[in-house]
Amino acid sequence: MGAAQQFCTFFVKHEFFGVPVQQVQEVIRYQEMTRVPLVPATIRGLINLRGQIVMAVDLRRRLGLEDRPESELPLNVVVLTADGAVSFLVDEIGDVLEVEEKDFEPPPATVPGQLRDLVRGVYKLHDRLMLVLDTEQAVNSDQFETQKVH
Amino acid sequence: MSDDAEIIKEFLVESYENLDRLDHDLVALEKDPANRETLASIFRTIHTIKGTSGFLAFNQLEAVTHVGENLLARLRDGLLQLTPEITTALLAMVDAVRQMLTKIESTGHEGERNDRELIDRLTQLLEAKPEVGNPSPAAQAGQDTHLSPSPVPEANVGNLPLSNPPPVEPRQTDESLPEKAAVKSQEAAEGLNPQQPARGQSASDSTIRVDVAQLDRLMNGMSELVLLRNQIVQYSNSTEDSELQGTSQRLNLLTTELQEGVMKTRMQPIGNIWSKFPRTVRDVALGCGKQVRIEMEGKETELDKTIIEAIKDPLTHLVRNAVDHGIEPPEVRRAAGKHPEGLLFLRAFHEGGQVNIEITDDGAGLDFEKIRNKAVQKALVTADQAARMTEREITNLVWLPGFSTAEKVTNVSGRGVGMDVVKTNIEKIGGTVDVQSRPGHGSTVRMKIPLTLAIIPALIVTTAGDRYAIPQVSLLELVRLEGEQARKGIELVSGAPVYRLRGNLLPLVYLNRELKVEAETEVEAGTKAKAHTKDAALRAADSSDNLSVNIVILRADDRQFGLVVDEINDTEEIVVKPLNKLLKSINIYAGATIMGDGQVALILDVMGLAQRSSVVAEVRDRAVTEKDAQGSDSDGGQRRNPVLLFQYGESGRMAVDLAVVARLEEFSRDTVEVASDQEVVQYRGHIMPLIRVSDVLKGECAQAASSQESLQVLVYSDQGRSVGLVVDRILDIVEEAYIMQPQKGRKGVLGSAVIQKRVTDILDVPGLIAAADGVEILAGMET
Repeated sequence: MGAAQQFCTFFVKHEFFGVPVQQVQEVIRYQEMTRVPLVPATIRGLINLRGQIVMAVDLRRRLGLEDRPESELPLNVVVLTADGAVSFLVDEIGDVLEVEEKDFEPPPATVPGQLRDLVRGVYKLHDRLMLVLDTEQAVNSDQFETQKVH
Repeated sequence: MSDDAEIIKEFLVESYENLDRLDHDLVALEKDPANRETLASIFRTIHTIKGTSGFLAFNQLEAVTHVGENLLARLRDGLLQLTPEITTALLAMVDAVRQMLTKIESTGHEGERNDRELIDRLTQLLEAKPEVGNPSPAAQAGQDTHLSPSPVPEANVGNLPLSNPPPVEPRQTDESLPEKAAVKSQEAAEGLNPQQPARGQSASDSTIRVDVAQLDRLMNGMSELVLLRNQIVQYSNSTEDSELQGTSQRLNLLTTELQEGVMKTRMQPIGNIWSKFPRTVRDVALGCGKQVRIEMEGKETELDKTIIEAIKDPLTHLVRNAVDHGIEPPEVRRAAGKHPEGLLFLRAFHEGGQVNIEITDDGAGLDFEKIRNKAVQKALVTADQAARMTEREITNLVWLPGFSTAEKVTNVSGRGVGMDVVKTNIEKIGGTVDVQSRPGHGSTVRMKIPLTLAIIPALIVTTAGDRYAIPQVSLLELVRLEGEQARKGIELVSGAPVYRLRGNLLPLVYLNRELKVEAETEVEAGTKAKAHTKDAALRAADSSDNLSVNIVILRADDRQFGLVVDEINDTEEIVVKPLNKLLKSINIYAGATIMGDGQVALILDVMGLAQRSSVVAEVRDRAVTEKDAQGSDSDGGQRRNPVLLFQYGESGRMAVDLAVVARLEEFSRDTVEVASDQEVVQYRGHIMPLIRVSDVLKGECAQAASSQESLQVLVYSDQGRSVGLVVDRILDIVEEAYIMQPQKGRKGVLGSAVIQKRVTDILDVPGLIAAADGVEILAGMET
């Protein structure tokens, strides 16, 4: 049991992701956002989280997927990163799952490039696969560099 | 046990404070050895430390302070004269005490140390030629640390009947008090003792010590309260409920008052850091054989604690620097007809919601030649550029990273902490720093520092439906143009909008364009959709009847520019919240804040905005070289060269430095031929390419006024090759003094100026040729 770990899970389109629960500050419903001009499109805006200002990263855009329909509001998974709290906009929230270390595997080589950069590995659950999101990578959009040069 | 720890902690805190004062007092005493009040104050401090350390069984500490105290007692009683030697020994004692205290703080014990030498030195001084030849009991006590250390006042009464200060008496009773309260009660006793002369420490009985973390929590809570207040006030304004409005009004006032109060608790006089400088200056001056006097003005000027901490190191560095590099050795000063003792003058004062701090020395000033050479040597600028630099530009070189004129690395300077670090640190807290120097007369470093960082007044503006906060410190004034004014007020300098503000050209920056956000109003929407040239934008704006333009006039560095926004809302106290560093990295947002309605608003970084829109040079250290490369006077100073005025396109008016133009020629249309898609003419046996100025400046769309029979051409020659610049009409040649406002970002335009009372662009010929891909033209001609 020592190798067991708990993951907070969520869906982005059809992809099923997990983030270790220790990293997750909270999950909240959609919040009004203030857009930030001149930043990459993956950053949707800033949220006021009880006085704390949190940057919202749209995982759909980060993964290169099409935007969710207007009628569907995303949810915020607020994750603690090295540079403070960041919110990931996701489509749907799953359960908190306990997984075993033995079920872990590094990402298969066939995973498309954009996704592979953001995935630390895969847990083989009995009915599906859970991708472990690399939260630092997900925030650190490399588009920032090109944007800056401009 | 924890009681003990508590006592020790309090002892440490109090002793540290006392020691800081000691440094200051001792140096002051050296200047004015007859000042008994200072002497008594020093004596009291050491005595207190000695007493408490004895009680807490810090024996070594007690031993050292004990001899020190005896020495002081003799000085106080006039049995010894203060010499620099004694001062140095006493300062060494202060250092030893400080070391022990640090050790106690970290380990709880004094640690093993050998202070024999120091004690011997102090004892020796103590026994050295007593001037009154009447060794007081204190002198003997110096040999024995276990004796009651205080001098017996009666013994000296005869010698010094009036000046013998009374504080000794209450202290003696204190010594018998068994508790740590001794220290406190002694101070209290002094405060209460009516015979006690005022010594500027009367606050001790009306103040309490508060943990800084506690104040920080209070401040955070306060920030949240301010936000909440803003929300409630905003809500109440939108309702009819008069009772709620009244209540929220009171809440508003009360919060403001409370906020001021809380801010005050975090304020500290700048004297707190300055008090260390006399010692610093003394040590540095002694180390490099100089004589320096330090004077201070405005010690009581208050700053937020976090800011005080942030400027401490930069200030110390500047002070050391001034003594080490600024002030000359006594013999040099004498030779220059100055007083051998240099003066370092520190001044602090409030101005415009900021604190100004000046550090002035009356030393040699900056050596412009040396800086010039150094800059060339370090490849910061080329020799050619350096030769053409103004003194002001050279002065600014000292702020560049990796720049130090210190020829030898002393223990004072040249340790890698350069002026660039000072600048960076000051700018980090939103301040500015700048140096002025007059050779032979000294230098002044001037900084402007915000009072506080947490809550700042800001102007809220709206653009494209989003609110942005602009820190009030950058704000100069607001201009609103309506109707006719709005149509006529904004002029174009080759497409770049400017506004005449009291006769000076003010470059305008449109916030929505800078941020690349879609405009919401129809006018702006028209601008965006219909045209990408700014002329068209203005025309689109013209078509709207109900037009008004809001200009926020801002200051960045020493430049001014107007920021055009959709709406100017209000000024508000905002709480600055940090941004994710990814967002900070684009340098246009200083932070974010939460508005009354709970929404987030971005705080604009005015400096970053100015850089982005090329109002000020993009990277400062490159600024010098760029300006220079353009061959323009960077300060926009007056120039008086003959210029050629010409017209391009239908209405464009432009000037070019006549010196740049080799010849004026007129070619008949028929002589123009086309070679590899390039218009050329045969000119003096060569093929000369032609560039149509209006095509380059206005974009490829403009069809040259080709109906004309002949072409007016300015011939520009560079290294034996010529290019013809086709203009539409030559207007005039004038010789008129004008001030050029540099302008970046427009190819082929150096800047603009008022010439013959009209806004006129100044042509940048090399830039224009480059923009027209003429580089290839020139290169092509070579083969």
